[in-house]
Amino acid sequence: MKLKRPSIPYIIWMVVFTMIPLLLILFSAFTDRNGTFSLEAFSKAFGYFDVFLRSLWIAFISTLICLILAYPIAYIMSRQKRNVQNALTMIIMIPMWMNFLLRIYAWLTLLQNGGPVDTMLSFLGIHTTLLGNQGAVILGMVYEYLPFMVLPLYSVMAKIDNGLIEAAEDLGSNKIKVMRKVVFPLSIPGIVSGITMVFVPSASTFLVAQYLGGVDDIMIGDVIDRIFWSDQNTGSAIALILMVAILIFLIILNFFGDEEAIAQ
Amino acid sequence: MKKFSKIYTALIILFMYVPILTLILFSFNDGKTTVWKGFTLRWYADLFKDSQIISSLWNTLLIALLASLFATVLGTMAAIGINNFKGKKKILLQNAGNIEILTPDIVTGVALMLMFTLLGTALHFKMGFITVLLAHITFCTPYVVLNVLPRIRHMDYAVYEAALDLGCNQWQAFRKVVIHELMPGMFSGFLMSFTFSMDDFVITYFTRGSSFQTLSIQIYSMTHQRISPKINALSALMFVAVLILMIIINIKDKNQEKRKV
Repeated sequence: MKLKRPSIPYIIWMVVFTMIPLLLILFSAFTDRNGTFSLEAFSKAFGYFDVFLRSLWIAFISTLICLILAYPIAYIMSRQKRNVQNALTMIIMIPMWMNFLLRIYAWLTLLQNGGPVDTMLSFLGIHTTLLGNQGAVILGMVYEYLPFMVLPLYSVMAKIDNGLIEAAEDLGSNKIKVMRKVVFPLSIPGIVSGITMVFVPSASTFLVAQYLGGVDDIMIGDVIDRIFWSDQNTGSAIALILMVAILIFLIILNFFGDEEAIAQ
Repeated sequence: MKKFSKIYTALIILFMYVPILTLILFSFNDGKTTVWKGFTLRWYADLFKDSQIISSLWNTLLIALLASLFATVLGTMAAIGINNFKGKKKILLQNAGNIEILTPDIVTGVALMLMFTLLGTALHFKMGFITVLLAHITFCTPYVVLNVLPRIRHMDYAVYEAALDLGCNQWQAFRKVVIHELMPGMFSGFLMSFTFSMDDFVITYFTRGSSFQTLSIQIYSMTHQRISPKINALSALMFVAVLILMIIINIKDKNQEKRKV
């Protein structure tokens, strides 16, 4: 039973289907069409610097909004009776299991000109275009990834003992102080994994901006999609930069997470 | 629940469900726009007559089933092996799967496409069913490892030895003790793999070649054209399917809890 051998197929699989493809991206980013070393792909990729920054910005704002919306609901959930907790978890999870294109399409239907929201606003005398701007993209993003923020926050908060909160109250802390001194520090691991689970996919997502945003709102994922079919080298360079940026973000985030955990 | 909590919870639930319920409502609309023209079931009839959609549904289910079965076997074997490593090697192997999990889908997708295109020209094959299956196994397996590893750590090795002492051969002991102990982890790994595979669009999109269709690819081409209310009918059916699945899982969990008590 004390064997290491069963893991060999997995190791081979991960090398062949994860490491080698990523190395191919690396190789392709540093070469030109003929396979000779070149930095041309990076100089072309630099032309999309504004798209890149915008993607990170949209991802950042979406993550922030998700955190602000999710924190109270996760806390409320964690303080309910067991069966209410389970029911609410299920309610949060169900939309997550719908195909992500359908969820985006739902907003397209809701917000389009002459759609339900537009009609309602027209009754109130507000005439505006709801789609085709950055706000719509951020809305779609928040809708897509909100459950990914709620669930990790909730699972950490559910472990906070009610006695701890009551003790803090008995010792004279008001509500705000209880939040700041007890709930917040204990929920940091949940915040870190929630941010990871929302930021990574939203920074690299594609189609959301194409569907809900305007021509100027496309994100780096859309650029990779558009370019890769014709120019693999530039596409690889952009993919590589995206991956490194996300990696740096995660390292910084985890560093903060550890610091806070130690500070307690 | 206090008043504020109730209102806030209700608002979040509204935010999450209004879009989906709107689609379901319009799936019964006898008109192609978002103006209500009366009740109809014709979009559902159209949906079931659409042989492309039906065949994509089968493809999706087949890929999800094969990928998650394969991933469960591969991942469970991996977890058993990894658990027997020591020190740095063990940590390295445990985290190897995280590379795949943390790599953005689009990067995984284009990276695999790059490799499959190269292999395809060298070995004369085209991307399609097989490449999508290989890709799905790749992104599912790490989740199985993640689900199974904690169960192995808590497993009592003495029970396995006891089974051997009591006359089981190695295979019987493995099946009756190890697999039995790991079953819940394997099952949740399988379930996670199955849902991720069913839901995947990005990686399938880049590895499917030119003709292989899954449901999410089909949805992509339908939403891209934005014409047919068949999408609404499809959403409604998928929502109901998810709902039923969730209720079944929930009832099963409750029964298990009762049995434990």
